[in-house]
Amino acid sequence: MSSFQHQQSAHCESGVLASLLTHAGLPMSEPMAFGLASGLAFAYLPIVKIGGMPLIAYRMPPRHLIKTLSKRLGARMHSRTFGDQEQGRRALDELLDAGRLAGLQSSVFWLPYFPPEMRFHFNAHNLLAYGREGNEYLISDPVFETPMRCAAEDLHKARFAKGALAAKGLMYWFDEVPQEQDWSRLVRQSVLSTTRILDGMPLPWIGIRGIQHLARRIAGLDPAQAKYNRLYLTHIVRMQEEIGTGGAGFRFMYASFLQEAGELLGEDSLQEASRSLTDIGDDWRQFASACVRASRSKGEQPDFVGIAASLDAIAGRERVLMRELGAWSRRRG
Amino acid sequence: MKLDDVPQDSSSTYGGHCKLLYAVDEQGHYQGAQSAGWDDEAYSTRLALAELDRLATEAEEGWRSGELSPLKSLMYRYRLDEPALAQVTGLWQWRIRRHFRPAIYRRLGAAVLARYAVAFGLPLAQLISYQKDRS
Repeated sequence: MSSFQHQQSAHCESGVLASLLTHAGLPMSEPMAFGLASGLAFAYLPIVKIGGMPLIAYRMPPRHLIKTLSKRLGARMHSRTFGDQEQGRRALDELLDAGRLAGLQSSVFWLPYFPPEMRFHFNAHNLLAYGREGNEYLISDPVFETPMRCAAEDLHKARFAKGALAAKGLMYWFDEVPQEQDWSRLVRQSVLSTTRILDGMPLPWIGIRGIQHLARRIAGLDPAQAKYNRLYLTHIVRMQEEIGTGGAGFRFMYASFLQEAGELLGEDSLQEASRSLTDIGDDWRQFASACVRASRSKGEQPDFVGIAASLDAIAGRERVLMRELGAWSRRRG
Repeated sequence: MKLDDVPQDSSSTYGGHCKLLYAVDEQGHYQGAQSAGWDDEAYSTRLALAELDRLATEAEEGWRSGELSPLKSLMYRYRLDEPALAQVTGLWQWRIRRHFRPAIYRRLGAAVLARYAVAFGLPLAQLISYQKDRS
């Protein structure tokens, strides 16, 4: 337990995953964990509403990273949820007292160490508990610079907050992580799976077709609804940048993975793909800035068609990249 | 994004914390870089918060003038809306909307109020005391 090193991450789930694996003896960076778990995605879900706005996700749903990667690595992971809250509290204490690390799912809103302006009702936040002292838990929250402390009552409330994606006290830990891994096979398998998610789903809201769908929605905004347009465009920016995406809706993190994997395997084509995804990420950032500019502008008519066109261009570039990566991962499998 | 382009706009929304982004150095090599905030992102966050604030204030005025129960303003104050409050409390949305009416709210039993108390993290006694106010 004393050997545990807190490491700041961009995203909660990949950060917790990288920390757990590293601590279990398989050193892994956050981008590597994110990439090998095929975390990159895009989804526009008009049915799931957040504050009256559609859910726009740039990654796979919560829990996907942990489940996928532990399966691919052949790691034995335990996870438990609790019907009885008192039992959940005891189980956590027992695990910590045995000197283990515990991954926990919790609500952001009830964690007192979060900045007030960032506290929203998001129940699928991941963090690590690595010990307890008196009435406080020692917390390694991956999106913060340093370890945190959290009063037992607050953590308990955060773990058992009700609502969408309720954690029900979910707690997970690794038992055994095989140290010998076939990295070439892992990278190929995970890249192929990402290309299928982004460019191979027959649904109009998922992957690149989802990006194109969002572009059409922006192009079709009614200029008379200025207030709604402002909230809609900035909602996209928040989904893309606000809650721990490592910049540009996980595009930079995935580019970092491609680079690291390219170095590991000595594959120039992955390095090349990393460079082009970095450019695409820069386009996403500019798209976000354009959305904010359009929301800020008073008086003059915002150029929705222009913004939509830039998003369509991003979709086109991601499609080209995914086809190249797909061809690469099939070449020698 | 180059390391030099990582925004350092000291956004109040970060509460003095830094966030990790991934950016490339001069040689094109990726590394983690701390960002103290980005104006475009902070603008978006604040706009969403201001909208919730506006709704809460509006509902509070409704409560003061006796048109609404305090429930609606509490809902927005605790960053919830009707679907979210329904999920947290396990009550139907139409029931929650009904509880926005002062006369209905005054007749609510402790069991229902307790659900709201848990959702807002408030003592039950406070929600009960609102039943006696302005009656």
